[in-house]
Amino acid sequence: MSAPVIEVRGVTKAFGGVVANREITLHVDEGRITALIGPNGSGKTTLFNSIAGYHPIDAGSIRFDGREISHLNVQRIARLGLMRTFQQTRIYGQLSCLDNMRISTPHRKATWRDMFARDNPAVKRRAEDLLAFVGLHAKRLLPAGSLSFGQQKLLEFAMALMNEPRVLMLDEPTAGINPTLINGLIDRLRRANRELGITLFVIEHNMRVIMNMAEHVYCLAHGELLAHGPPEHIRSDPRVLQAYLGAH
Amino acid sequence: MTPRRASGLLYAGVLAAGIGAPLAFPDYTFQLAMLWMMILFALTWDIVGGQMGYNSLGNIVFFGAGMYVCALTQIGLYYDIGEYTAAFGAIRVDFTMPQYLTGLALGLCAAAVAGVLIAIAFGRIVFGLRGPYFAIGTLGVALAAGELVGTWDWVGGGGGISLPVYPGEPQTRSLLLYALAFVTAAAVFAFLRWLYSTRFGLAINAIRDDEQKAEAMGLHTTRYKTAAWAISGFFLAITGGIFGNMTGFIEPLEVAFPTVTFGVFMVLMVLLGGKGTLWGPVIGATIFHVIKEVTWTYLLGWQWITLGALIIVNVIFFQQGILGWARERWPARFGIRVDEPAAAADEESARASVTVLPRQEAA
Repeated sequence: MSAPVIEVRGVTKAFGGVVANREITLHVDEGRITALIGPNGSGKTTLFNSIAGYHPIDAGSIRFDGREISHLNVQRIARLGLMRTFQQTRIYGQLSCLDNMRISTPHRKATWRDMFARDNPAVKRRAEDLLAFVGLHAKRLLPAGSLSFGQQKLLEFAMALMNEPRVLMLDEPTAGINPTLINGLIDRLRRANRELGITLFVIEHNMRVIMNMAEHVYCLAHGELLAHGPPEHIRSDPRVLQAYLGAH
Repeated sequence: MTPRRASGLLYAGVLAAGIGAPLAFPDYTFQLAMLWMMILFALTWDIVGGQMGYNSLGNIVFFGAGMYVCALTQIGLYYDIGEYTAAFGAIRVDFTMPQYLTGLALGLCAAAVAGVLIAIAFGRIVFGLRGPYFAIGTLGVALAAGELVGTWDWVGGGGGISLPVYPGEPQTRSLLLYALAFVTAAAVFAFLRWLYSTRFGLAINAIRDDEQKAEAMGLHTTRYKTAAWAISGFFLAITGGIFGNMTGFIEPLEVAFPTVTFGVFMVLMVLLGGKGTLWGPVIGATIFHVIKEVTWTYLLGWQWITLGALIIVNVIFFQQGILGWARERWPARFGIRVDEPAAAADEESARASVTVLPRQEAA
């Protein structure tokens, strides 16, 4: 049995009068793949943003590895090893793919001297290996902005791996990706989890992806936690089906 | 010819021209020194404006502050500043050669330190702003700086300050100042060439492309931004110190904080040559300086209109600048290419994983 690496307790976040998250309590176990699902507007991305430090929460507590992080800013949280990718893919468009990777090394222990250092060959080798891992090695010298949307998602994922996070939070990793590439991406996500030991916390709409990957699923609706459990249970839970089919 | 040898020849050529030009054309020493000043403007602006993508209209603050700090150090080392400025040039102070040279050296050092300190303080105020707000915010600071210095009588106010007179031949003076300008420009170029090859260059490029992403990846963005700004301030303040000595008389609005001339020229020269490149600012500054000198000589009365037309053409039809255009035209020469042998391997690995998962639709 693995220990929880992210613990969210009673988190509430409101924007003006709209309560986006109401007393959410959940946890993500170390070394596993946990999914977060829910209809559009149910508060999934808000919860991700709260965990990653994009905005202060109104109530509750968020712990990473036993340490309270709800008051830390984005960069501090990222340096602790809790990394997120974006729903609208974000890469450094004018830099080459290789440079995108080279600048994505962990900044946990970066000192003033490291800022002015040149890369050691190991960094470049690892960057090239990871680009090969996502199938972008041939395009490593092209500006990242010239890649297709799906390839940019793969690059963003490779950049996240380059950062050697302990936990990677992925916001809709397969959205907008050509279905034949989705299988390749799922395979790589699972390998990152299994071979690199990275805990994954994934927002996803594609049920095929969830069923293939996740070991535990949380479902949000209207900002509240509706149900959680193994994917098979969630798939047949009447409350979840109702929320998705729009009974409200 | 190998690229290495070609660039070696280029550097040797520039070096030879830099040393030979004032000896071959002694009448143009001031104009040639101005060319190096323009290159310094462009190079220092491009650190934050081009490489880091923060379009500043207020870099002139470093220039003016450096100029004043240098001048005040040169005078203050040997004379009471209040008394000197109160006399408005009515008193004549003779500096000996060692005094003049020590004052100039210490003045430039003090200017550089002031440039860094102002950059750190200034950065705290304006780095909370993004995009056009940053441009307008920095412009506001630059305009305010000129007006503030203009009301400060101890440093001469709007009346300005005369700099120490060089105690020797005028020709030697212009050669000395030319040498300072040339050596500073060459040193800044060499420094930036190194800087952009380190992780620092990569990090400020990443901030330019997507600062939020850089934050999410854990980069110390504030640290990088402040350092880039301070480097720019350091060199631009030295440039200001040299320029003050070249003109021999400084005052706040036209010489030290000329927002609408040098302050705009530095942006324009970088846009012309190509933002975010090492050579772009040098090429842009050179072409701009030549055009400016030619129009000021042969099209007098129309010179500002010509310059305005150049700005309009540049901004509307040629935004990427000369080097940016060259990179689009010949991407392979700039190392932008697909690695064909590796492409096959990528195909292979993409195919290999497609069959790993069975197709399974959601219920």
